[in-house]
Amino acid sequence: MKITRQAFLALLAATVRAFSKPRRMAMAIDLGKCWKDHGCTRCVQACHAAHNVPQIPDRRREIKWIWKERFENAFGEENAGPAVAGAPVPLLCNHCEHPECVKVCPTGATWKRESDGLVMMDEHRCIGCRYCMAACPYGARSFDWSDPRPFLRAIDPAYPTRAKGVVEKCTFCSERLARGGQPACVEVCPFKAMVFGDAADPSSAVAQLLQARHAFRRKPELGAGPNVFYLLDVGQDGILRGDWQSPRAPIANRRADCQSAPQGHREGA
Amino acid sequence: MSERGIIAAGIALFLAGACFPFWRDAATPPRPLVLPLPAGERLCVAPVAYMRASHGDLLLAWRDRVVRSGERVFTAPDGRVRELSLVRTCLGCHQKAEFCDRCHQYTAVAPECWSCHVDPRSPR
Amino acid sequence: MTVLARTYRWRMALLAAAVAAGVLLWLRQWNQGLVLTGMSRDVAWGLYIGQFTFFVGVAASAVTVVLPYYLHAWKAFGRVVILGEMLAIASVVVAMLFVFVDLGRPDRLLNVLLHPSPSSLMFWDLLALAGYLALNVILARAALAGPPAAWTRVMALISIPWAVSIHTITAFLYAGLAGRPFWLTAAMAPRFLASAFAAGPALLILLCRAFRYDAGEEALRKLRLVMTYAMTANVFLALMEVFTAFYSGIPEQAAHYSPWTWLSGGLAAAALAMALGRSRYAPAAVFASLAIDKGVVLIPAGFIPSPEGAVTPYIPTALELGIVLAIWCAGALLVTVLFRIAIAARQAEAG
Repeated sequence: MKITRQAFLALLAATVRAFSKPRRMAMAIDLGKCWKDHGCTRCVQACHAAHNVPQIPDRRREIKWIWKERFENAFGEENAGPAVAGAPVPLLCNHCEHPECVKVCPTGATWKRESDGLVMMDEHRCIGCRYCMAACPYGARSFDWSDPRPFLRAIDPAYPTRAKGVVEKCTFCSERLARGGQPACVEVCPFKAMVFGDAADPSSAVAQLLQARHAFRRKPELGAGPNVFYLLDVGQDGILRGDWQSPRAPIANRRADCQSAPQGHREGA
Repeated sequence: MSERGIIAAGIALFLAGACFPFWRDAATPPRPLVLPLPAGERLCVAPVAYMRASHGDLLLAWRDRVVRSGERVFTAPDGRVRELSLVRTCLGCHQKAEFCDRCHQYTAVAPECWSCHVDPRSPR
Repeated sequence: MTVLARTYRWRMALLAAAVAAGVLLWLRQWNQGLVLTGMSRDVAWGLYIGQFTFFVGVAASAVTVVLPYYLHAWKAFGRVVILGEMLAIASVVVAMLFVFVDLGRPDRLLNVLLHPSPSSLMFWDLLALAGYLALNVILARAALAGPPAAWTRVMALISIPWAVSIHTITAFLYAGLAGRPFWLTAAMAPRFLASAFAAGPALLILLCRAFRYDAGEEALRKLRLVMTYAMTANVFLALMEVFTAFYSGIPEQAAHYSPWTWLSGGLAAAALAMALGRSRYAPAAVFASLAIDKGVVLIPAGFIPSPEGAVTPYIPTALELGIVLAIWCAGALLVTVLFRIAIAARQAEAG
């Protein structure tokens, strides 16, 4: 049976897609590096500027895709010892393995993409029921309580805004990933505290980082399987160490780079 | 006048009023809308007749391909690989205010797209 | 007779005016967004969803009269079953209205049907409520015509597990959320059913009084009995929740108990005491306390504190309260019309 060249290529493409291993995009945030400048909000600014996220002064209606939360609020009072209490932790959508939000969405406006595990958001389909906001254990989602445009000082035309009545959240910058880039927050971090990549690929930077160092996540016991990991340097004697200083120290003391940072204190090293 | 007469007159008046737009246009036909076409481009992403009739359907199909299927590019009839993007492909050639908006106003159509998608020539 | 007709017309006109005002308020909310309510990023659901939850319960409570009558041939409920079905119809409509006004994009409501999501309890809730409404409309229509035919009895028997399931599914909306420990309890569905089976009969009793309809001594006595037992179960289950939350000592569990939760619990306990004491005001007290407990306090309490421990108070705005009131009035209008039809049909039958 003769087959046309076009059909053959289409088949080939479909086969490659079917058999290529799905990626599992994950992020590792090295808190030690992030805390080199505890007042820094460059990741937040970059994300919100790139995605036309409005600045709403009323905290009750704020919209945030990535933000900094105190350690005890992010990981629970019981986890926050004196060394880390009050430290600012970047929080964002965890693009969970078993996302609660996807489970409860009545229209499929949010779904987990099979090819790379991103939890996607379709603001065209969203009916604004906010069930996903109720379901998310991490408070990662925001709702447009009113038209966001009046709260946008500058609109980047390369990316749409949203309109009132829909839910929005971090997208792991799917539009940048499609062009072979990295999420805006990862790119802009001056200390390279955020590492992003395919956790299912053992050769990726993020996979190697997670292999080498102890990482923890927010509320892992809930079974949602968050894919944002946090790293905190712990010395052999259990004392927090690294070239970061107490979060309460003045910014003037910060050192510019982390070349001398001890990497991955393993047992027996 | 008999009741029947009043009712008939009322119906006739209503029909006349309801059909007002039609016989007003028959009396003075509206000027055809002449839209400026982009300079330097000969071909749109699809034949003109199709675009005139179904560009809404095309954009909805593009929307689903981009947002839900993750496709970013397509091959135009002239063989070029273009981006599936209202803002970058369509508005890359057409000017929203002079082309899109004018016809939409003429036909009293208010597409919802602009509540989110931004015209690069007037970001506000 | 003329005086009654005049006050009746005034009351209906007033209700209709309230509904019209509510429509205007909702149009303002549609125009400017849900920012006009008291909800926030932390408290994503408020009065609208609370009242939805409560009225699904009232709708489900029709089973308390349908089951004894159709399954166990409790003839005493003969004059009350039709009213239960009418109340169910009005309650489902009210519940659906509350969901509608809560949506950010109600114009996209059909997406729930166009893109079915079987993993979402909200999808199943919509189907279950729509089916229950249809079931009750058919049943009520048949009941108006006279004594139940064979197929009516079959449909009535189907409506029994269906009624239980609509409120169980509604409870599942909340009880399956891993991130909301206040709601993450197996006791949610039993509590919902218990409070529904207390609030429904209480409302039926009140409506019979309001419409001066003689449902029969036996029927009223049995309704009060069902209300009292169900309220006892409800308060008992609530106390069980309190024990688990506080004896376990888990901070997250106890954190959701605010003065409002204690107040609504106290009101429920007081209403139960009145029911046990066979007070004449027990039905009103039971209904009011459950409307507050389930319809006002339960939903915001699940959101406060937030997963990050933030306490964002939820204070409904005047517009929000206005829309809630308007939907209540729409329900009152509907119930009045439906009850008058039912009562007239019963009187015609008797006469």
